[in-house]
Amino acid sequence: MSETNKKWYSLNLNRSKKSESCGCGSNSGGCNSDKPKDGFDQIMDISMSRRTAFTKITAGLLIGAGAVSSSCSIIGSDESKEKSAMEWEEYFKGNYKLMTDEEKDKSINRLVRSYELNHGKKINISSKNAEENVLFGYAFNISKCQGYMDCVNACVEENNQDRTSEMQYIRIHEMKDGKGFNFEEADDNYYHEVPADGHFYMGTQCFHCDNPPCVEVCPVQATWKEKDGIVVIDYDWCIGCRYCMAACPYDGRRFNWKTPEVPEEEVNKNQHYLGNRLRKKGVMEKCTFCIQRSREGKNPACVEACPTGSRTFGNLLDPNSTIRWILDNKKVFRLKEDLGTEPKFWYYMD
Amino acid sequence: MKTLKVFGSLIKDAFLEVTHGSRAYHIWMGVLTLIMLFGMYNYSIQLEQGLSATGMTDRVSWGLYISNFTFLVGVAAAAVMLVLPAYVLKNIDFKQAVLIGEGLAVSALLMCLAFVVADMGGPARLWHMIPGIGVFNFPNSMLAWDVIVLNGYLFINITIPLYILIMRYQGKTPNPKIYIPGVFLSVFWAVAIHMVTAFLYQGLQARPFWNNALLGPRFLASAFAAGPALIIIVLAIIRKFTAFKIADETIKKISMIVTVAAQINLIMLISELFKEFYAPTHHSISAVYLFFGLEGKTALLPWIWTSISLNVMATIALTFHKIRNNLNILYVLCGMLFIAIWIEKGFGLIVPGFIPGPWGKISEYTPSFVEISVTLGIWAMGAFIFTILAKTGIAVEMGQLVYKKK
Repeated sequence: MSETNKKWYSLNLNRSKKSESCGCGSNSGGCNSDKPKDGFDQIMDISMSRRTAFTKITAGLLIGAGAVSSSCSIIGSDESKEKSAMEWEEYFKGNYKLMTDEEKDKSINRLVRSYELNHGKKINISSKNAEENVLFGYAFNISKCQGYMDCVNACVEENNQDRTSEMQYIRIHEMKDGKGFNFEEADDNYYHEVPADGHFYMGTQCFHCDNPPCVEVCPVQATWKEKDGIVVIDYDWCIGCRYCMAACPYDGRRFNWKTPEVPEEEVNKNQHYLGNRLRKKGVMEKCTFCIQRSREGKNPACVEACPTGSRTFGNLLDPNSTIRWILDNKKVFRLKEDLGTEPKFWYYMD
Repeated sequence: MKTLKVFGSLIKDAFLEVTHGSRAYHIWMGVLTLIMLFGMYNYSIQLEQGLSATGMTDRVSWGLYISNFTFLVGVAAAAVMLVLPAYVLKNIDFKQAVLIGEGLAVSALLMCLAFVVADMGGPARLWHMIPGIGVFNFPNSMLAWDVIVLNGYLFINITIPLYILIMRYQGKTPNPKIYIPGVFLSVFWAVAIHMVTAFLYQGLQARPFWNNALLGPRFLASAFAAGPALIIIVLAIIRKFTAFKIADETIKKISMIVTVAAQINLIMLISELFKEFYAPTHHSISAVYLFFGLEGKTALLPWIWTSISLNVMATIALTFHKIRNNLNILYVLCGMLFIAIWIEKGFGLIVPGFIPGPWGKISEYTPSFVEISVTLGIWAMGAFIFTILAKTGIAVEMGQLVYKKK
């Protein structure tokens, strides 16, 4: 987004202005598809075709070998052949943001089909792109939050997070009255009745920074900022180096230290490729503002679940949105603003 | 075609050379192999379970692997600092040390790469990094830079000694016009791998403990102390167990490099401590954790104080010519310095970067058994590779391995 129509106050940190709001540097995926190609894109296009060639050769060899072994084996069924073929194609698919729409559909078909083969159920995976003139932002009312953690539970259920390690994108910090915003003394892992006397509550999660440090450091561009401002991860492209985790000043990122487990009956089957589809071990994940919901015009699960109304989500470019009203009329602030990350997540009090 | 034939013959002869040796040699290699196999077994557990088999968590997301990686980059870089005087300044003394140094650089680099791969959540997807078929986030990501400089450095350090060895193997004199430019390049490159690895941490505004302009220069200083210290120890061992002649003078010259680097390193340490503790800010909290512990969490205390005391003692002792020139004491001092810097540039640097976390959460890190075993396995792999390289190199240098025209 350009400096002129910026909808929030920001520090002048001598950041060089980027002409394109999208941090992904590419023209496909969630980004403008009609902007002229620069050298980078041309190189990327070439590499895609090289990669495709590489894929075909390797996959051909491996499927050939697989076909030999499965045709020789008595127990090898058509299904297992189909499965192994799909696994190979999935293994060699490209980075989502560089995929053509056709490649995206193919990959999604494979993911849906392999879930069907493994669990006998249909899932729905969307690849909906960002809409024009949409930039998502979030506001949190510290006065209202009572620490019920309904947002956390809703988030876990909506986003198919690993149940065994109790992964949570949202952390609710219980702070003592009279100490200010003292995160050091706050407790983000409480198990008692809330609201506790003499405490107030503050939630943190991925802030979807406008200048996200995590995106810069990824060595394989497995994470990027979409045009609507959501910072996403391609779970199949991530190599699990956790550099982004070290780079995030807000503790917004989570890693799958083991294979995530979600009981089959609890799986949310309404998924997005960049959102809540099932992850594997060894990859990063994080809050996506519930991309599967927000791109359909719905609120993220945490906003919907909050019983106190402390959470507001909306389009920063829509002058009539509630979030814009809050930014214009409340004394809003953001956390660690001096780092120049420009979070799109504001706090305010009544 | 002829070169290929010579190369093939060298490989064959080298294979014979490294599979034959004294009983001590066989025991050494056997023990290393066992440790490597043990490490591989534990790595297979890690592959099966995922990185939950390690002690790392969402709170401390880099641990022993990245610590050792960081330290070994320094060892690799420092080894080549011996190259410059040997080849360019025609200082004959250093020549024997150089071959050993380059062998050390190659093994240290291979260990670095192994540690990085061991740390990956999805090692099978590493092809995503290969330019051309994957997507390489260059120049934005410092990790991408690091991949380039480390592999480039590995390439340089394999080709130069290989060229020299192949020439010697055939009884010819290596042509300086061919290898000297490579030597110069590798010296600059050595500084580059160090600075880039420091920038990897230095560039993170999220971690004030690393976001420190002194990090890069301090990496260099500590590396030029620890790397040559290791070389001195290795040379001492080689002198004892092989017929390879290494003059006392060579070791004394290298000890001079170690001393100066250790002194500079100490000055920088004082500068860092001054900044953190004279006018402590909120950003000093990781340093407080490292040196004094926070809220009763003191896991790193014994380590860092061991490191500091070893470091100070060794540096002071090295400063005196009389003590330094006594070789037996020198070996002990080098050992002390090496361990001190391994602690300081390893988990003394990486772990406190994550503690306290971005929201002040203090949760400590303890490496798991699997993690320690894999680490030992990789160190054994490094020692194994180095032994092979050094044994071949020495045999060629001493004229025991000569190309026979058939």
